[in-house]
Amino acid sequence: MENRNTGFVRKMDSLLLWLYILLCVIGIISIFAATYIEGDSIIDGFLSSRTDYGKQSMFFVFSLLLGIIIMLTDSKFFTATANLWYTLGIILLLMVFPFHSNIKGTESIIKFGDAFQLQPIQLCIVFTNLALAKYISRVETDFTKLRSQLIAASIVMAPALLAIFQKETGLALVYFSFFLVMFREGLPAIVLIVGFSFAALVVATLLLEPNLLAIILTGIALLTIYLMRRPIRRHKSVLFWIIAIWGVCVGIQRFAVPFIFDHVLQPYQVKRIYDTIGKDYVPKNAEAIADIEKDAARKKDAGNYNVKQSKIAIGSGGLLGKGLLKGTQTRYDFVPEQRTDFIFCTIGEAFGFIGSVVFLSIYAIFLFRIVTVAERQRSAFSRCYAYGVASVFFFHIAINLFMTVGLAPVIGIPLPFVSYGGLSLVTFSVMVFILLRLDKDRQMVLR
Amino acid sequence: MPAFNQSRQTVIQLIFGAAFLIIVVRLFILQVASDKYKMLALNNAVYRKVVYPDRGIIFDRNHKAVLNNTIIYDLTVTPYEVKKVDTSFLCHLLSIDSAEFRERIITAIIRNGRYRPSVFAGLLPVDVQAKLEENIWRFPGFTLVERPIRNYLYNAGAHFLGDIGEVDTAIIRKSNNFYQIGDFVGRSGLEQYYESVLMGKRGIQNLIKDNRNRLQGSWENGKYDTAAVTGRNLYTYLDIELQQLAEKLLTNKVGSIVAIDPQTGGILAMASGPSFDPNDLTGSTRQKKYANLVLDVSAPLMNRATRGLYEPGSTFKPLGGLVALDMGVITANYGFACSGAYYGCAKVIRCEHHNPGHAANMRLALANSCNSYFSQIYRMSLDNGKDRSVKKGYTRWKDYMNAFGWGQRLGIDLPNELPGNIPDTTEYNKDYRGSWNSCTNVTLGIGQDKMQVTPVQLANAMCIIANKGYYYIPHFVESIENETEKDTLLNKFREKHAALTHISDLDYEAIHAGMQDVVESGTARSAKVPGISICAKTGTAEKYTRLDGKRIKLPNNSMFVCFAPRENPKIAIAVAVENAGFGSTWAAPIASFLIEKYLTDSIRTERMKDVERIANTNLMPSYLKRKQFIADSTRAYFYFNLRKDSSYIKKYLRGYSHQNKLSEPVLKDKAAAHKRNMTVKNAANLKEKALYINEYPLTKNKVL
Repeated sequence: MENRNTGFVRKMDSLLLWLYILLCVIGIISIFAATYIEGDSIIDGFLSSRTDYGKQSMFFVFSLLLGIIIMLTDSKFFTATANLWYTLGIILLLMVFPFHSNIKGTESIIKFGDAFQLQPIQLCIVFTNLALAKYISRVETDFTKLRSQLIAASIVMAPALLAIFQKETGLALVYFSFFLVMFREGLPAIVLIVGFSFAALVVATLLLEPNLLAIILTGIALLTIYLMRRPIRRHKSVLFWIIAIWGVCVGIQRFAVPFIFDHVLQPYQVKRIYDTIGKDYVPKNAEAIADIEKDAARKKDAGNYNVKQSKIAIGSGGLLGKGLLKGTQTRYDFVPEQRTDFIFCTIGEAFGFIGSVVFLSIYAIFLFRIVTVAERQRSAFSRCYAYGVASVFFFHIAINLFMTVGLAPVIGIPLPFVSYGGLSLVTFSVMVFILLRLDKDRQMVLR
Repeated sequence: MPAFNQSRQTVIQLIFGAAFLIIVVRLFILQVASDKYKMLALNNAVYRKVVYPDRGIIFDRNHKAVLNNTIIYDLTVTPYEVKKVDTSFLCHLLSIDSAEFRERIITAIIRNGRYRPSVFAGLLPVDVQAKLEENIWRFPGFTLVERPIRNYLYNAGAHFLGDIGEVDTAIIRKSNNFYQIGDFVGRSGLEQYYESVLMGKRGIQNLIKDNRNRLQGSWENGKYDTAAVTGRNLYTYLDIELQQLAEKLLTNKVGSIVAIDPQTGGILAMASGPSFDPNDLTGSTRQKKYANLVLDVSAPLMNRATRGLYEPGSTFKPLGGLVALDMGVITANYGFACSGAYYGCAKVIRCEHHNPGHAANMRLALANSCNSYFSQIYRMSLDNGKDRSVKKGYTRWKDYMNAFGWGQRLGIDLPNELPGNIPDTTEYNKDYRGSWNSCTNVTLGIGQDKMQVTPVQLANAMCIIANKGYYYIPHFVESIENETEKDTLLNKFREKHAALTHISDLDYEAIHAGMQDVVESGTARSAKVPGISICAKTGTAEKYTRLDGKRIKLPNNSMFVCFAPRENPKIAIAVAVENAGFGSTWAAPIASFLIEKYLTDSIRTERMKDVERIANTNLMPSYLKRKQFIADSTRAYFYFNLRKDSSYIKKYLRGYSHQNKLSEPVLKDKAAAHKRNMTVKNAANLKEKALYINEYPLTKNKVL
């Protein structure tokens, strides 16, 4: 304990750091298991930049170096430059429009030669987190006011909107996770409830016949009116609200959802959503059909091939798993994208239910630890930032795992620290290290 | 303010917790609660490769292999590996053009995909394979793959050895899915009958495949693999040299030869003409040759030994004699005063002989083959005193025939044997509205009317007579390699059938004596072999057919049955040569050569030239050419009608002008006229002619 008093590691949250390192190592091993070719020299593989696990290891080392640099920075640096970073992020996002290169169907990547490519929308998560924390923690911000809440929401939504224009819906959704931070800071719970209800309504719209759903909604409204007949007698406005909510629900179900499906989302995304809930999607026009076919060609097979194979991989792991490098599904490339978005298949197949639960608990401990860390901060900035980190990670983990086990549509969201991808690893690492750095100065009040 | 929202951390933690709980529950459902996904993963990744064992070898009585296995090669292609191939060179080697090359590659991609090998050129001829083997490095993506085929070492025995072919859906269904698509099974002959013995046991190799179906090595180090077990060998009674001689003697003849060892029922030789080289149907030539054989109206693929139906004619007479003797209606000394014909019934039956005393007793009547004598004793058998009616008498007579193995399947170890025909009383009742007597079918007594037998039944009847009553079901296989109690296939062939042992030895001796006289001094003197006492009977049956709407008399069928030696019979033979003439001219010498060959191991040199003479004689009936012409032109017309493409007819005509030179001038003129008028309108003419083809073999015969 004595040597902890040295400047560098003093007061650092070692549990968080070790969990972070553990997750990264699990990630590298999983990528190794998914991509290792029988007969290759393992040591050479890890040292070279030819193999994916070698590359990931290098990015991990790079992240650690970056972490040391961050740890050596003054914590005030982040509060001071938060808005600057955010501005830089937005500029980068705008740069994407003229300079993007079309890779894998998204238009959100800038390529510098062959070796290096940058996806600003990913980096922007860190910047947005900082900017949001900065805004909420300002002395002059009164977050109980609607105006402040709207400004905070627009800080978050601006990059998301740009992401949608760059056809990167998956990462755009990540930005919605910041509403959890706002909720913690005083956003009315009704917003979250409405959000959830809206999502439920959308899913119900997809699953049920429009008319049947309208009847059900009307039934619920009438039942509510009947149950609330006494309050209604006292305040006529209650009746008005009930009717208004009913009207909005039917409007969403009848007009908003079809409008979004037809005009906002790409046909292939609509198809994927339908695939996940197990319904057939009938494209409206030739353009939509072409788009779906392009998507299908890109993903090797039509429909929910990925999810099916991923479920088979995870399901075949059984209770104890087949052992590392023994999984037939992952060893022989049955799961597309298995080193990136579907990396959990490797773990599920190799280590089974027990291993998966252990792996999930590591994530859970990690998330709960961040919440604990967040709550012990003196400064609102650090707390907001910490909650931002927790929310972003939670959203990634939950959606990615839901997607791999077939509970959510396939949207390309990586599993933090585990999925292959240099930029995402570096981004997530930077988030963790900034948190660690801020946590070191948890007794300070940063503005 | 922060204190105000402190409680919200719990809400957030609850949300986190709920999400993780959902995932854990879902994982439990996927991984622990169901085995479905394990199966699916296995189906995805494990390829169960069937390892085919070598089929068993068939040996003859001297342990010479008659049918074994050899390997030829298929050229396979894996389309995605085909890069920078010298296409023109490969096309040159395979003698195809580049359009064909492209088409085959596309077919391969459609059939098996880009990543798995498909057959590019199957069953390569040896010379092409050798050239390819040298140059295979020039053609990345192409591989020569071994393929075992059957090899008929003596080019003999095509009909009874049979062949193997791919299973069809009927076989798969019948086998309860034991066979799978792509398996080869015996489709005819011994290959089919002894399939369970010859096939061996398939092995299973579990191989890992990846998402593109490329094989990646063995699964679990072959823990669940099973090795293939080679098929068991068959040891037969066959004498391959005798078989070769029989086939040689039948060249360019329509007919059949069956030789059986009476003491065991073992078939020594079984030939059917016209025949074919069985090796033509195993390798690269199969497609072409098989089509030719199937379309040939002389039916070379048919095994006439078990499926050819012949009127026994005079060769029936020993049986008729035995029946009459056993029923007690006559004694061996019974004589009949024949003056050249039988006038006992309204229908006069002519006899070859008219000198008095040629049918003074059974022995003489047999030696001289007196039609009157055997017509008379047939009638006496039916109108015997014991049975009240002719119908009961006929039934009794028919029971004798069935005991001889006629009119029903013998159950030999070949599939698709025909039962022949000994008509039932119901058949005559129907034809004659119940009113018939022994005169109605009196020609049964000289082996005609509706009586039809197969050569193997004829030979078996000789065995019964030679053995004085008992027989074993004729069969090829003497023993199976490593035979166990479970092999029940051969049980029925080892059972002695005492079919007619109740006939007294005296009666048999009387018949034997008559039959020996047939060779010594009777109709078959040409079959005599010094030092061997042969008992035999010749037969000659008149044949008719309908051709172009006319009833045409064909040359007689030449029949011959015999066994030798009389005292200790070692071989019984039945010979049938269609449309060849007298039984004594063709069938008798053929049988005697076989007896000499079998009993003395060689044929005397002075007789070798007779062997050559018979072998080189072409006795193919000339009407077959006309039949072939009708069949071919009908087919051409059919395809022309199907496609409206006159090239079918033209193609046929080109071939016709070169090959089918008809001997009869009438036919020639007709054909020429036919050719001139070959238009769409007149093509209907062909269709009309096609009707006649169905009437073949509509034959009528008369015994001399």
